Amino acid sequence: MQTEFRLPALGADMEAGTLVEWHVAPGDRCKRGDVVAVVETDKGAIDVEVFVDGIVRELLVPPGTRVPVGTVLALLDTEAAAPAPEKVPTPSRTPAEEGAAEAIQPRVKISPAARKRALEMHVDVASLRGTGPEGAITLQDVERVGPSPQPSPAVAAEGAAGMRAAIAAAMSRSKREIPHYYLATTVDVTPAVEWLAAHNAAVPVTERLLLPVLLVKAVALACREQAGFSGFYREAKYERTPVVHVGVAVALRGGGLVAPALADTATRSLPELMDGFRDLVTRARAGRLRASELAAPTIILTSLGEASVETVLPIIQPPQVAIVGAGEAAVRPWIVDGNVVPRHLLTLSLGADHRVTDGRLGAHFLARIAALLADPAAL
Amino acid sequence: MTTPLRITYREAVKQGIREALLADPRVFLMGEDVGKYGGCFAVSKGLLDEFGAERIRDTPLSESAFVGAGIGAALGGLRPIIEVMTVNFSLLALDQIVNTAATLCHMSGGQFPVPVVIRMATGAGRQLAAQHSHSFEAWYAHVPGLRVVEPATIDDARGIMRAALASPDPVIVFEPISLYNMEGELTDAAAQVRLEGARVHRIGSSVTLVTYGASLWRCVAAAEVLAQDRIEAEIVDLRSLRPLDDATVLSSVRKTRRVVIVDEGWRTCSLAAEIGQRIVEQAFYDLDAPIARVCTEEVPIPYPKHLEDAALPGPERIVATVRRLLGHAD
Repeated sequence: MQTEFRLPALGADMEAGTLVEWHVAPGDRCKRGDVVAVVETDKGAIDVEVFVDGIVRELLVPPGTRVPVGTVLALLDTEAAAPAPEKVPTPSRTPAEEGAAEAIQPRVKISPAARKRALEMHVDVASLRGTGPEGAITLQDVERVGPSPQPSPAVAAEGAAGMRAAIAAAMSRSKREIPHYYLATTVDVTPAVEWLAAHNAAVPVTERLLLPVLLVKAVALACREQAGFSGFYREAKYERTPVVHVGVAVALRGGGLVAPALADTATRSLPELMDGFRDLVTRARAGRLRASELAAPTIILTSLGEASVETVLPIIQPPQVAIVGAGEAAVRPWIVDGNVVPRHLLTLSLGADHRVTDGRLGAHFLARIAALLADPAAL
Repeated sequence: MTTPLRITYREAVKQGIREALLADPRVFLMGEDVGKYGGCFAVSKGLLDEFGAERIRDTPLSESAFVGAGIGAALGGLRPIIEVMTVNFSLLALDQIVNTAATLCHMSGGQFPVPVVIRMATGAGRQLAAQHSHSFEAWYAHVPGLRVVEPATIDDARGIMRAALASPDPVIVFEPISLYNMEGELTDAAAQVRLEGARVHRIGSSVTLVTYGASLWRCVAAAEVLAQDRIEAEIVDLRSLRPLDDATVLSSVRKTRRVVIVDEGWRTCSLAAEIGQRIVEQAFYDLDAPIARVCTEEVPIPYPKHLEDAALPGPERIVATVRRLLGHAD
């Protein structure tokens, strides 16, 4: 069978894109989830994945061409391909928007209840493995990955009320199921603040960095070094994820909050993370987050510095196992070498799952983040 | 609160009839062998001696004639209870029931209600072979103007007659042949039995078994097996087959999100089909698995015991179906 590979909408507001590069040539075999092309959009170059298994027959659009969304970019032969596509649970990828994806991907076997809940919870069903009859995705399969497990009819409510209900369900579950322990420590972030000031003075306004980005990177690096804080707790078992995606809690203007992920945080440079952070905040507030970004975080950073809060005692987002909180980086008296001096102090806190780690490990984890912040140039 | 009493289903039906005969002089029982012989399933044994031949009336072997006479008696102001031996024989009276009893109230603009109660035995399980073992509940449940009930418990069997006689509409009462000898406790609940409304017989969370009649006990047996694997089945006993109580079924389905309908009727054009469709129409987005049915095999009910058992929707088939729905097929 011949399948058309069309330019998907890589963001709700995208109307057209420029094909930058092909990663495949005619005759190549590609699997569902393979990146086959790079497309330049308003938000930068985006890897475009293919949603079927097949063999590339013909590339119809040469690199450098600007085409509208929906244009057929290539023709694929899907006959020879395996009927059951490999599920690719890689939230670090940038999957095309669901609407465009569904037009070409084979129908996912999913129960009506599960599909409805996946929509409510912004879970990308293509990333799930079904355990129901004939391998269908069931409600439980969706809830296992998502933030809100309780079949609460309120979650179906639209808009702010729906978000409130989703937060209520997730936080209630968290407090019901997760035995939290909390640790907090005061960190002298003066080196980081001074390094930021120096860096920002030397670059254009658009390239300036903010303290939360340093925090995000430090959390990610600490997670990569130490197991027990990034990952998921499912079916009475902690699963460490190979890649760390730090979610950043973003408060929305209409109330409520979301925590989209900065994909593969540990390997990205500070400027990249800053761009990503800005993009996430903008899109979160515009309601344009991608489903995969919301389902992806393996740990969350919640920073209430702007709210002049000293200490945050954060609640874990299930099925994650830890959350890091940051208060305001304020100038306060501090003792250095026996003298009381003004320093930028920040209270770093940790809410962690006692089923997975103990306080001692948690203390070590916090200390690692503090140490990483002490050397901002190395981040 | 009276002390619970252990009686048979047969005795419960009989007590219900006896209470009605005592309570209302307009009530009488009529049918083949209900008097001298005591009923072909011995339900009316002793009633002839107690109430006399005016009120316990043996009839000729003509279902059309005595069901028709019962309809006439109801129109004339009496409260007849008509016994038809089995649902198979009731087909001979189908014209009287469907064309007359079910229609007259409607066609007379409400002037002539037909308060007749027609009892009949239904179902298989007693090796009575193909002509005495079928389940045609769906045929009657299809007809507007009729009310159709099937008591499956001792309490329902005991209490249904009062509710049926109180109805101005013709009521068809199905009594599963295989339950007449079943023993159980009679409780105060028998006094509260209503004509309409399903009942949750067993509370569970993993799957809803929707059933009625003798299959209720097949579901109970299946639920006990499933419970050993911590699969908790909720059982809904429909009790009333027309009207169907959608609300009770749907509220259970919305909780468990999986349904197996267990119906002793044949699958094609069955009550199970109707119930399944209603669930799809009203609770599609609550379902977490396809709706499954366990029905009688589409053969005339066989005479040999092992074949009869194999044809019926037994507990093993129910258990296997539930496991498949839950994604752990054996």
